[in-house]
Amino acid sequence: MEDALFVHRLHFAFTVTFHYIFPQLTMGLALLIFVMKSIALRTGSAQWNQAAKFWGRIFGISFALGVVTGIPMEFQFGTNWSSFSKSAGGVIGQTLAMEGVFSFFLESSFLGLFLFGEKRLGAKGHWLSSLMMFIGSWLSGYLIVITNAWMQHPVGYALEPNGSYSLTSFWSLVLNPWGLAQYAHTMLGAVQTGCFAMAAVGAFYLLAQKHVEFGELFLRVAVVVGVIAAIGQLSPTGDIQGRLIAVHQPATLAGMEGLFKTQEGAPLAILGQPDMEKQRLDNPITFPNALSFLTYRAWKAEVKGLDAFAENEKPDNIPLLYFSYHIMVGLGTIFIAILAAAAFKLYRGTLYASRAMLWILMLTFPFPFIANTAGWITAEVGRQPWIIYGLMRTSNGVSTQVSAGNAWFTLLGFLGLYGLLSILFLFLIYREIEEGPERHASAAMAPSAPHATMAD
Amino acid sequence: METIWFALVAVMIAMYVVLDGFDIGAGIVHLVVARTDPERRAVIRSIGPVWDGNEVWLLAGGGVLYFAFPALYASSFAGFYLPLMMVLWLLILRGTSVEFRSHVASPIWAMFWDAVFGVSSLLLAVFYGAALGNVIRGVPLDANGKFFEPLWTNFLPGTNAGILDWYTVLVGVTALAALTMHGALWVALKTSGDVSARASRVANQVWFVVALMTVVVTISSFRLQPQLAIGLGSRMWGLIFPIIAVAGLLGVFWFQLRRDELKAFLASCAYIIGMLTSAACSLYPYVLPASTNPAYGLTVHSAHGPAHGLRVGFAWWVVGMTLATGYFVFTYRRFAGKVSAASDGEGY
Repeated sequence: MEDALFVHRLHFAFTVTFHYIFPQLTMGLALLIFVMKSIALRTGSAQWNQAAKFWGRIFGISFALGVVTGIPMEFQFGTNWSSFSKSAGGVIGQTLAMEGVFSFFLESSFLGLFLFGEKRLGAKGHWLSSLMMFIGSWLSGYLIVITNAWMQHPVGYALEPNGSYSLTSFWSLVLNPWGLAQYAHTMLGAVQTGCFAMAAVGAFYLLAQKHVEFGELFLRVAVVVGVIAAIGQLSPTGDIQGRLIAVHQPATLAGMEGLFKTQEGAPLAILGQPDMEKQRLDNPITFPNALSFLTYRAWKAEVKGLDAFAENEKPDNIPLLYFSYHIMVGLGTIFIAILAAAAFKLYRGTLYASRAMLWILMLTFPFPFIANTAGWITAEVGRQPWIIYGLMRTSNGVSTQVSAGNAWFTLLGFLGLYGLLSILFLFLIYREIEEGPERHASAAMAPSAPHATMAD
Repeated sequence: METIWFALVAVMIAMYVVLDGFDIGAGIVHLVVARTDPERRAVIRSIGPVWDGNEVWLLAGGGVLYFAFPALYASSFAGFYLPLMMVLWLLILRGTSVEFRSHVASPIWAMFWDAVFGVSSLLLAVFYGAALGNVIRGVPLDANGKFFEPLWTNFLPGTNAGILDWYTVLVGVTALAALTMHGALWVALKTSGDVSARASRVANQVWFVVALMTVVVTISSFRLQPQLAIGLGSRMWGLIFPIIAVAGLLGVFWFQLRRDELKAFLASCAYIIGMLTSAACSLYPYVLPASTNPAYGLTVHSAHGPAHGLRVGFAWWVVGMTLATGYFVFTYRRFAGKVSAASDGEGY
């Protein structure tokens, strides 16, 4: 069973990691597209409208892949984690079903209208459809995060005699304080992904001397929105999350920080590799007392280390937890620096001419994807060995009737299929960027546009 | 309360089959009724703005099944592990082909995605039919409500059956025929000229297969699953569902003769809804019968979720589905009428 458990975990981890590439981009872009459409509606500017539609096309491609890779997620609760689903379905099934009923219908209807219906809807109606897309995708994010939050910090439930969990308070479930903090943090991460993608295309256009006015416009929106999101990511949202973890998941905090020994005035590790045999960090670089201060606002407060927890009460993969957390925080810090510098140059009016800054912005776009993924790995590996924190162990949640061999079979199938989708995605996005925002205006005049398709 | 949820889940699944059914059906007939690139683009355009919304019914139906009947969701999804994963792969390939086919103006690119679209649609119809066949036939549940079926064993229904046996293959073929007809009627309705005429001819020819298979499947279902007769016998009002199915099937024939495309398509919807609701109503209270020991079968009463959750869920379900119906009516009205052969330049 050990073996099958490992494959089932890998199965979910792989499919959800690949899936989340797309929603973080579409949730971020949904906000930016709505901002652009609002400016276009207010000023009547054709350029802003075209810019919004260009990103609408990138949104459309990403959204399609988000949908097709998202369906397997909902299925896997039942296929690979049926014991968990049987026990917890009465609670978390609520929020998952609400996602389908409230946000997927909204998103899919209005995305169709946004992509295919500008002429039929008029300017106001088209703006409204961008608003509905934004609401739909952010609501979808909320319901998923709140589902995860229940697994991190269960509230509003009762244990039934048959061993399953029942909902006792709907509002505690949907207003779980853990979930509110996690949602704010997650969405700011998605906004940064969208902003860095937009900034990268803008920087590329300026460096390549193509679609220059659009490049400047993209940079302006991306840098202004991005710098706000990047700062909010660290504080207050990251800080609140950290302190929630310290209170409710102290073993997770010790693992994330690589704190092996309980101590007063605990240091904050910046670098160093956890050595699980010797129970220490190799070549550490630390800020003395900083972890105590960040956690408890007192320099000499005691912070529990990994030695304070029994073996089966703490995460089973400390190095992965430690590194994913440090990658997330490290990249987040770098994003603040890059965006603050870019915002300063934008304010001074020198951004568009600063080749070094443009190069940096063009090349940074993959890193928010990594930071967001690392953040989710921190949350999920940090929750171990629990599938519902403190209530149900991950090893008790798996589908015992599905053998390791069958799980390997489908995992390999997903690996192959998702490999193909990755190539396809990069190819199609590259083509959109290459053709640029002006393509649509000319295509609309031609009697038959080669690209107008599914959605036309 | 759990009976209400049983009815709601059944309705959502039926809605999914009717709606995604026509775009799957459009995929099945795609290669046959549309020969040139503009013709094929017209077929894809006829489902372009709506197929994704149609598929949401699967997600929403699955989500509602999850919280209303957690034990059923857990048992059936793990037990049908292999076919469900293959359905997922097919849905991924199909969605990708619809969305990306026209992004590159190359005949090779388009031909490849057309073939993927056609084949994945065809296999999906067969898989959905086989899945329904498994639920009607019953699965080898143990005392804990667990089972696991390999893809096939000896192709015989029984306690050792796989996903595919002669009966479930029969249901699969019936589903293929029914969705082919359904999709052909949709394409006939939404396109014009040669494509519409060819699709209408396909629908007429396949109608006879559908009629024959409906009779064969009905007889074998009653012989294989005694619960159907018991269920129907105890709820004679349930005869309304098979009557709807037969009326729908005859309606397709009648309206095709009179060349009323819209009514023929709606009659096909009625046929599909009638068939699915007949099965659901006759199986009730079973939601997943056992082929091993009837007492192991999952029923509405043994598989439902906790009571408070079901009541709370009902409140938001009514609100959410009212909104969703609103969007649907709005979208379908915006895209009403036949698609034109020439592109109107919108899309992405």
